[in-house]
This record gives sequence, structure tokens and C-alpha cells, in this order.
Amino acid sequence: MALLRRPLLLLLIVTHQFLQLWIAFGSVNEEGQKQEEFYEELLLKPLPDRKVLTHFHFQSSAPPTSNGRHHHLFPKAISQLVQKFRVKEMELSFTQGRWNYESWGGFDSIPSSNAKPPGVELWAVFDVPQHLIDPLWKNLTHTLSGLFCASINFLESSTAYSAPEWSFPLASGSLRYGTLPREAVCTENITPWLKLLPCRDKAGISTLLDRPSIYRGFYHSQRLHLTSTGSGSEGMDLGIMLEQTLTVVLQPISQRASLVRDSEKHIQPSWSLSSIFGKQVSGKCVLAETSNVYLLLDRGLVAELKQLHKENEKSIENSLTSENFWTNPSFELSAKPDRIFIEECSLLSKNSSVLYKFEVEKYSEFEPFDLGITWKIPIVWLCQQAPLHASRFLTGSGNERGAIAISLKSTQTTEGFMGAHSNDERCELRVDVFQVVPWYVKVYFHSLQVFVDQQPKAVSDIIEKIHISPSKDKVSPGVMELVLKLPCSMSSTALTIEFDKGFLHIDEYPPDANQGFDIPSAIVSFPNFHASMVFLESDSLNKSPLLSKFQEWSHVMSYTEVLLVPLTTPDFSMPYNVITITCTVFALYFGSLLNALRRRVAEEERFLKDKSAKKTGQLPLLLSKLSAKLRGRRSEPPHSSPVSSSFINSKLVFKVILIAGLAVCWQYYFL
Amino acid sequence: MAETIENSHSDEKPKPRVRPIVRFGIFLVSHSFLVSIVCFTSGVLALFLLPVLAKNTYISENALMPGSASPMLSNQHVSDGNRLVKDLTNSNLKSSETGIESHKIIAQYMLDVGAEVSFHKFHPQMNQFHPLHFFSSPDSGKIQENYSCSSYGINTVGIIRAPRGDGKEAIVLVTPYNALTSSFGEVLSLGIAYSVFSLLTQVTWLAKDIIWLVADSQFGEYAAVSAWLREYQTPKFSSMSALNAEMCPDINNLFEIEVHSMAGSKFSNSFRRAGTMTAALVLKVRDQSEQFDDTISIYAEASNGQMPNLDLINVVNYLAVHRQGLRVNVEKLWSFLNLGWLKSLGEIFESLANIAKSLNPKFKFGIPATEYVEGTAILASSLYYQALGVPTGPHGAFRDYQVDAITLEISPKFSLDKVWRNDIILRGGRLIEGVIRSVNNLLEKFHQSFFLYLLTSPSKFVSVGVYMIAFALLIAPLPMVAASLYVDSNSSSNCSKGDSSTPSAITDTDEHGITIRSWRWLNSAKLVFIVHLWGAIVSVLPYFICQIPDCSPTTSFMIWVLLSILSLLILNSVLASPFACVKASQEKEWALVKSVTISSVFIGLGLMSVINFATAEIGALLMVPMCLLARPLKLDVRAGTFRSCCRIICNLVLGHIAFPPAAFFLLKGMLDGFGSANVGGFWMWVESLWAWNSATYLFIGMVQLPCWVLCVSILFHSC
Repeated sequence: MALLRRPLLLLLIVTHQFLQLWIAFGSVNEEGQKQEEFYEELLLKPLPDRKVLTHFHFQSSAPPTSNGRHHHLFPKAISQLVQKFRVKEMELSFTQGRWNYESWGGFDSIPSSNAKPPGVELWAVFDVPQHLIDPLWKNLTHTLSGLFCASINFLESSTAYSAPEWSFPLASGSLRYGTLPREAVCTENITPWLKLLPCRDKAGISTLLDRPSIYRGFYHSQRLHLTSTGSGSEGMDLGIMLEQTLTVVLQPISQRASLVRDSEKHIQPSWSLSSIFGKQVSGKCVLAETSNVYLLLDRGLVAELKQLHKENEKSIENSLTSENFWTNPSFELSAKPDRIFIEECSLLSKNSSVLYKFEVEKYSEFEPFDLGITWKIPIVWLCQQAPLHASRFLTGSGNERGAIAISLKSTQTTEGFMGAHSNDERCELRVDVFQVVPWYVKVYFHSLQVFVDQQPKAVSDIIEKIHISPSKDKVSPGVMELVLKLPCSMSSTALTIEFDKGFLHIDEYPPDANQGFDIPSAIVSFPNFHASMVFLESDSLNKSPLLSKFQEWSHVMSYTEVLLVPLTTPDFSMPYNVITITCTVFALYFGSLLNALRRRVAEEERFLKDKSAKKTGQLPLLLSKLSAKLRGRRSEPPHSSPVSSSFINSKLVFKVILIAGLAVCWQYYFL
Repeated sequence: MAETIENSHSDEKPKPRVRPIVRFGIFLVSHSFLVSIVCFTSGVLALFLLPVLAKNTYISENALMPGSASPMLSNQHVSDGNRLVKDLTNSNLKSSETGIESHKIIAQYMLDVGAEVSFHKFHPQMNQFHPLHFFSSPDSGKIQENYSCSSYGINTVGIIRAPRGDGKEAIVLVTPYNALTSSFGEVLSLGIAYSVFSLLTQVTWLAKDIIWLVADSQFGEYAAVSAWLREYQTPKFSSMSALNAEMCPDINNLFEIEVHSMAGSKFSNSFRRAGTMTAALVLKVRDQSEQFDDTISIYAEASNGQMPNLDLINVVNYLAVHRQGLRVNVEKLWSFLNLGWLKSLGEIFESLANIAKSLNPKFKFGIPATEYVEGTAILASSLYYQALGVPTGPHGAFRDYQVDAITLEISPKFSLDKVWRNDIILRGGRLIEGVIRSVNNLLEKFHQSFFLYLLTSPSKFVSVGVYMIAFALLIAPLPMVAASLYVDSNSSSNCSKGDSSTPSAITDTDEHGITIRSWRWLNSAKLVFIVHLWGAIVSVLPYFICQIPDCSPTTSFMIWVLLSILSLLILNSVLASPFACVKASQEKEWALVKSVTISSVFIGLGLMSVINFATAEIGALLMVPMCLLARPLKLDVRAGTFRSCCRIICNLVLGHIAFPPAAFFLLKGMLDGFGSANVGGFWMWVESLWAWNSATYLFIGMVQLPCWVLCVSILFHSC
């Protein structure tokens, strides 16, 4: 049976391959030019703090003149969305956890474009006249909210989004930006995201996306970026490029307990795809043009490795790039790379990173692809950091006022970059800051203060350009865009701006209002610095969208922390008490007020005189006597029979005693 | 009220129907003597009933879920903690001249588990008396230029970032540690904290960042913690002191710490922050104790009687008792335990409860007499420490920034052997872990449970709704007595006038007379105002006195007393004398003075009860009887009845007790024995009060002292 089955299977595979070829061939033939394409790629990168960065990159593109409304590979939902809302460019990201800029780096293109603030971030550029943008944005948020099972529709309210003027490079007033810092990210967000892929997670690299392992990570960011090209006129189809990335930082499970602490503590953990994802790749997604896995050793690590090899007196280049790389003394790969790229030496640093390429199509179900790396010697390196480390915090205490402080500290590595620039006298570092503040945090923009190296500086000296749109209560958030020119030699800069805490209407409070309110992340970008990696031997580069992405010159960007501002919150748990006490106060107030208004001067006396003129009854007499008694004044008793009064009194006393007795009996016997 | 009486009096024929509420008011005012006696006694009684009325605590916030997860702290972490303890004790033997070594060791340990570490240098900031800084929010301190290198403290701070958290919130764990004279208890507390810390770097459930602050307690625990908090919350961006710090060689040494760790970037000498603080725990281990059990003491009182949310105490109590088998203590006044009359009071309450129970088995409010006595002792200490307004530990610094914090002091049984030490680290660590896990579960900040409460045992509390009753009963007689005195003084003079003049002319002269008479209280009000002004001056005087160099507490106190008397005389001569002749003509002038005094005391007590309830309560116990009983001695001597004799005695006794220094000595004597009380002690006490910005100081200076002076002046009034 086994003998029989094998040829059969082979036959099947062959026909399958043939069919696939035929399909591809046919589709190419149909148009004769560009076609819908899909690429899947995975980048793996060891991080200095014993973690692994995995970066999935899927790209689908639809050329401008595809066949009408029908698509082969491209998700229809996205193309409809682009056509309906005239989206020129859009980016949506769902993030959980924080990108650790200090140990995971902040200079490469991966952190600058994939490190996102916690929660949801959405920005979109529309290709329509100004007055149409806001309605389109609102509709877009609702559509995306349905598409991704997230509460993106909260960005619809004008208090939640802003229109930055020049913080985003491509913005020209037609960009809208909004974040939801509190949005929880989970599997219900990734499932619709995966549905946009032609193979979903059934074949190809995306089979690695095992939900428990990717959500166990330290950082999880799922991003969707789309750009449309072509004329914006009606009726014409647009060329759309959809880029889906998933960046996950994982901690490989190491056998910690058995580790001998001191000697092996600094050895990086060994890992493989199957150990970090629990799955292996068994072949590519048949619809993908290319399906590659890359392993990136960044500049710092390569420099460190070279250093080590120098000590071992070996030729540097060979050890990393030659054929016998798996007998590399420092680490070992479990699979043979198909190609090795070395980064073209950039201006900024002498070291270059190394990229190993693995083609997944060579592997099959019987021989699954499982890349693993085993470290042999301890190694410590640092990732390249952004020129300044930005952090933001709140100062002040109490429920009344406070201040937001953004501190920029130069990282050690900056000095290297500065060396390149410091030839001229007036070396300046340009920093852009973009900050959105919700309206209930009432920022006083005049109170902006700048401290460079702990010395207060005039705002005009440091700030080159500033754009402020103050918040309007319950209408729009405050937006602050700054361009700072800092001297290169500075080591720390602090910006502070004071605010008052506002009051919300009771139904404007979100659930869990006592947690506090979020101020979304500020974006700090460095236009002087560009994150790009250019790799040599780029004959096959045009086929890899990930590598071409690396080559793009993008600004180095970093996001600051989300801040939590405690505002005054009413006691939601006591509406009953509040209602009763206010009702009581109102009743007392209005009762006495009406009483005072109703009464006329000396009316009561007249009334009483009239009454005394008539024959008064028994009861008023008694009352007057009682009142006289209450006043503690001995008044001569009016002519009435004392017998009857005492009689009534004894009757009253009797009644009281009777009721008290009944109550006692009730209490004693029935309760 | 007074006017209605007047009205009803002037025209006899028609009896105007007075509304019931007014009638009730008139009734109360006219029977003010009886009412005040009833109210006061019931107020005191209610105070003594509080331990009986205390309710069991319960976890109000559902999100806390204490103890629902099994502790993850294993022997591995305990041995980690033990290693730190060993290393620290060894390093102490090696070089104990500077604490730098041990700080380095701690930092290295923190780095080894993968936390971010930074050092925070600070100058101890002396608490100074700032007359205008009461109730103001803490500011970033003054920049002083001439700090010497020797007077630095170094806090070591380790931060664990929650792996999947958004970093908006943080939980703080504080262990005071004096590197110079490190006692074994302090080192052990570091061991416990480290074992928890090393666990927390591995757990996946963390949603909030964890800050571990090793506070350098060589200048006091509070100073270190508050310096760190000041830097955290209100940093100075332009400071010279940071530059100064770099000049000190020792400090520079510290920053050249050799970092062999896998993450070299995790150490920085800049100040590191995490998000908004949700809660803070201060952990201490007492060195030696005579306890029979492993106990844990909870200290919660912060400045001005502020308490952390009751849920925090509940969580600690629940976990300590039900999970770790530790005995939980809160502070109590030990001298109360031996009071015979308190025990008999407890027995009376118990027997009353038994009777009630026999009538209806559902009445279950009684508690055993011993429990009552203990509850009263704890309640008294709770009241005392709240009234003092001085925080009972480093947790007080957190409350200034609206962070809920408590101090936990573990006092282990005895002995120092290894097994026992492991046990303490394991149990203490599990307790801390449980509390942190509970707080970590919180979605919102602490807000569900009580902030205003008194404890009568670790698991019983009296909420504000109950203890307010006692206070309300105590001060209820004040406005009534004031009103009745006012009415009396007005009506008596009115009557005497009415008799002399002819009935026909009554309406004409009365109009004028009434207006004059009804404004007569202004004279007394002026007197009261002057005395209160004097009180304010007396409260500010220590600021100037403490500027005098080389002054012993006794001499300072003497200067203070002299200056006070002098200022009183001056004020009296300048402001009060021109109208003295006018006042002297009035017969019942003392009654008006008393009435205004009582009103002002009522206002003062009412205001104080909002700021610091316990102070107002104790103040009311002292001042209310004095105010109510005050009556010129001459009158009583003239009367010569038994009742007036009693009143004379009461007045004299109260007049002595209610004088603030006398009250202090009495209290001190009751607590510590009379041997320790001296004149300088009072000055020191006052100094500590103003150093901590305690509102009690203001209360004593501006309410109690003027009231006492006025009452004494009434006693010696010549009528």
C-alpha cells in the first residue's frame, strides 16, 4: 500500500504544481502586463535582551486597471473601502504592550514604522476637497470598526480625532489622525485581518500565527497600511497596495531552572520557529509570488561578532558569509540560507547588518521549514537607538492642575551620529513633536517652558515653528505641533506645559471612569535622520517588498508613553443618596421660600384676632396652652375645665402605653 | 427665634400660631440646660459604644479578588532573597564606612533579574515651619546651593515593566534601608522584597509596572521616600543640585557600576519613572520582638488623619490571616488595656447585650468585655494618631499625592536560624505577592471602600456615618446654649426696663432700645475676635522663635509664653480698652461673651471636623464641657448652694485640663508616665506638629487656646 501511495501522491503534487503554473501563466497572459500580486515574508531578529523579534510582512497589490470590480487575490472589502471613501493612504494599527526603545532599538526601519502606541491608531489621507473629509472620515471609522471588530467608531466623534498640519510628511490638511489608547487587542482583531490574506492562515508563512503564542509576547502590533495610486477621478479604478504587517516580540522559552547562573547567564537563548510558535512552515502559500524568511543580525550584533572573531584570529567576512557559516563559532543555524545580504555601509555607521534569506518554497510538508539558531558563546550588544530618547510624564498632584512634561535625553549612540554633523559650527538637531490632548485636559499653551541641559531657555530660541489649535470644550481636542532646533551638544531637554483638569458631564464619563483618562502618545520624530538599510546584491530586491521597504528613506520616529490623568469623578455608586439629599434640600428650600412669599405682613395677627372674636373651641385652647408651656412661660390658664384636659391627657397616655405594649409584644413574639 | 419671642411677648392678646419646627426650636432653647446635659452624656456614651457598633470589614471592590490565585512564590525565589541577605550582611562586614557598596549590590541584583535600575540622590530636606504653607500641595523643594557631599542619600530604584501592560499605572514597594547601620531586620526586608521582585519579573499576569524603592533611611525613612516622591511628582527641571552631585567622588563611583548584564542599557543614572501610582506598600521587619506569633503590624495614618482606602487594609488583613497565618496587629494604646472602669463598662455592655439577646435572639450586638477593652484601646490609638496629624510611617508621604499606602511591619517570633529565615521570607513574600496581585487586578483606582473610618480591630471598623453621631451629639448643645444665653441676656434687661417705663411709652422707646440691645453682642464679638486674633499671633510666633540660634526647648517655650502674654496685653490695651467702659455698664455682659464664645467654638469645631475629625472629637470632649459650664466664680460663690459649689469645682478642674500644655502633659503622663513630661517636651511636640503641617496645631492655636482664654476670663469676670 505504501508503495502504491507514494507515486500517487507524487502525481498529485506534480499536477498541482502544473495547475498552479498554468494559472499563473494564464493570468499573466490575460493582461500582458501587471497583475495582482501577493508576497509573504517573515523577518526574524534576535534582540539584546534575550528576546526575538518576529515581523510578518504580507503585501497584496492590485494594479490600476484590473478587471473591473473583480479581484483574484486582492481583498474586495479593502478595494471597496478605498473606492468609496477615496482613501489615498491609510494606516491602522492594533497594539498591545510597549515597544522598548532602549533595548530593542529605535533607529531601524522596523521600530520607526512598526513601533506603535498601545491601543488603536488610525490615520488616513483622503483624496477629496477639504469640506468632504470629515464626513468621509466618520464613515471610514464605522466601516473599519465593522471590518476589524474593534470600537474604531469612537474615533468618529470630533473630540477624538485631529487634523495635523505638518507633522506627517505627506499631510496637506487632508489627513486625519486619531488614537484609542484603551482599546484591548485580541484574537477577534486578528481574525478579520487574516481574512484579507489570500491563504488566510491555512498555508504559507501565516500558518505560524498560533494565537496563544503570538499573544503571549511582550509586544504585539498588527498593522494595515494601504496606499492607492492613480487618478482620483470617478469611475476609474485605483491601483491599491495593501501592506499587512504583524510585529511580535517573543521570549523564547529557555530551560531556566537548569541554567548554571553565572557562567551561562549571558548566553542568548537558542530558539527555533517551532519552539517560539509551536508550528513549522510547510511550504509557501501557492498564491504568493515569493515566500521568504529572513534572519537579520543588526549592526551592533555584527560588530560584536566581528570583535569576537578578531580575537579568535579568523577572517571576518568569511566567518559570517562563507559557505560554512553554520560552523560559525558563535552560533549555528539549523537551515542553510539561500542567500546572504550584507548591508551597504552607510554614512552613519561603519558596521553593516547581515541578512540571511531562506526560501520557503523549497520546503514541503514532508520536510517542513524550521529555522533555528543555537548560540554557543555569550554575547552582549546594543541595538541602535534613536538620537534622543523621548519620555513623557505627568507632574503635579491633586485634582486641580498638573503639567505634562516631555523629556528628551540624548542616547549614548548619538555622539557617533553627531560626529558626522559636528564639523560645522552651528550643528542643530531637528525634532518634531506632535501632541494631541483631549479637551477635558485644558492645556495652557502659554505656559510652555523649555529647559535645555537643566537651564531654562527662551521658547523662541529653541522652537522654530509651532502650530497650535486649542481645544474646544466637547468639540475638538487640542493639538500642538512643534519643530524644535536643539544644539547637538545638549544632553537633555525638557518641555513642560501646564493644564487644568476639566469637568465632564455625567454621561460623558466612560465606563470605569475612576481609572482616569488617557492622554494619547505624543509622536517625536527626527527628520534629520533616516532609517534605511540598503543591501548589496540587489538583483532580486525588486521582488522582495520587505527589503524595498527597508530601503525607503523614512524618518526616525518614536512614540511616547500613554499618560493617565486622574480626573474628579462623581460617586456613581450613590445616585440614590444623591437624589434623596438633593430632593430634601430642594423641598426644604422651596417650602420655606414659598411660605415666606405667601405670608403677608401682620396677616396672621388679624386672622387670630378674628378667631378670638368668635368663640374658640376646645382644641385651640389646648394648643395655645401647650404652646405657652413649650415657651417655658407660666401663663394664666384660660377658663376651661381642668378636669377635661387631664382626662384627655390620661387618655393620650393610655393610648401611647397601649401602642408601646403592642409594639413590644410584636417584637417579642413575632420577630 | 429671639425675635419671635419678643413679638409674642410685646403684644399679649393675639397668640400667633408658631410653626412646629420653630416651637420645637424654642422648646430646645428654653430647656437648653437639660438638653445639653442629655446630649453631652449621650455623646460620650456613643463614643464608648463605638467598639460595640463596629462592623466587620469586607472587600468592597470586587476586582481585588484577594487570595483567589495560589501564590507563585517558590523556594527558588526565597533562595534568591536569601542570597541577597547573605551578600548584604557580608558586605557590611567588609566596608561599613560608606553605604555605596551595598547599594551597588542591590542594583546588581535588580539588574540580574532584568529590571531597570536607577539611583536617586537626594538631600534630606529639613521640615520647616511655613506659616502660609498649611494645606498647600507639596512643592518641589528649595534649591540650596551649599550642600556638602556627605549629606547625600541614595535611593535605589528598580522598575519592572509589565510585559503586556500599557505602562499607565504602577505599584510601589518601599523598603527602608540604612546602609551605614543596617540592622538585620532591614536586610531581611530587602530579602523579602527581592524574592517578590524576582518573581514578578517572570510572571505573565502583570498589568501594572512595579517600582521597588530601596529608600536610604540614614536621614529618616520619611525623608527618603518623600524626596523620591517629590522628584517623581514635581521635578525641578532647572536645578543646580544635580550638577553638584556630579562633583562628589563617591556618587560618581556609584554610577560607574560595572554592568555585565545582558541588557546594558537598563541601567541609567537619570531618574526613571513609571505611570500613575495606584498603591504603595512599605515593608519593614522588626529586629527583635517578644511576640509569641509571627505578627504583622499595619500602620495607616497619614498626615492630618488621612487614611488609605479601607480595601487596602482589608486585602492585607485577609491575606495575612487567611492565607499566610500571620497575626495582624494595629496600633493600640496599651495603657487602656489595664483600665478597670473600662472593663466594667465592657461587662455592662455585655450583660445588656445578653438581656437583649434573651428577649430576641436576633439582637446580636454584644461583644465580650475583653474584646471591648481591646477594641477601645485600638479605637483610642486610632483617634489619637489621626488627631495628632503626624504620619505614622513613610507611607504618609504617598498620601500627600493621593496615593493609597500603608506600612507593613513584620515582627517575627525570634531566633535567626536559616529555616526560620526562609519561612519568614516565604510567608512575607507570599503576602506581598498576594497584595500586589490584588492591586494589579484593579481596573480603577481605589474608590469603592471607605476613606473615613476608625479601626477597632484589624477586621473591624467604624465608618464615618456612625462616629459622626457621637461628635454631633457632643456639639449639638453649643448653638442651643448660645441662643438661650443670648435670649436670656436680652430678655432680662428688657423686662427690667419694661417695668420701669410706662406702658404707653413702650412702643416708642422699645424700637430704639431693641435695636441697640440687639447689636450689643457686637461688643462681645469684638472681644472674641481680638482673642482669636491673638491666637493667630501666638500660632505664628514659633516661626520667629525658632530662628533664634542655640535655643533649648525649655527656653524657647518660655520665650513663647512670655511673648504670648505680652501680645495679649498689648492687644487688649490697644483694641479693647476704648470700649471697656461701655461694656462694664452691662450687667449680663458675661453671658453675651459666653454666647459668642460658644458660637465661635461651634464654628471652629465644625470646621475642624471636616479637616481632621479625630482632632475635633478630642477637642470637643475637652472644650464643650468647659464652654458650657463657664460662669463667673463670683456669682457662684455668692450663691453658695451645693449646685454652685459643684460648678465651681468643675470649672476649676476643666479650666486646668483644657489649657493646651496641661492637656498635653496629662495625655503624655497617661501614656508614658509622668516622669518624662517636662516643659521642653511640649515645645518639641509643637515643633513636630508644625513640621508635619498638622492642622491640629492650627486648631490648638486658633480655636482651643482662645476658647480657653475666653472661658477663664468669664470665670474671673467681675459682675
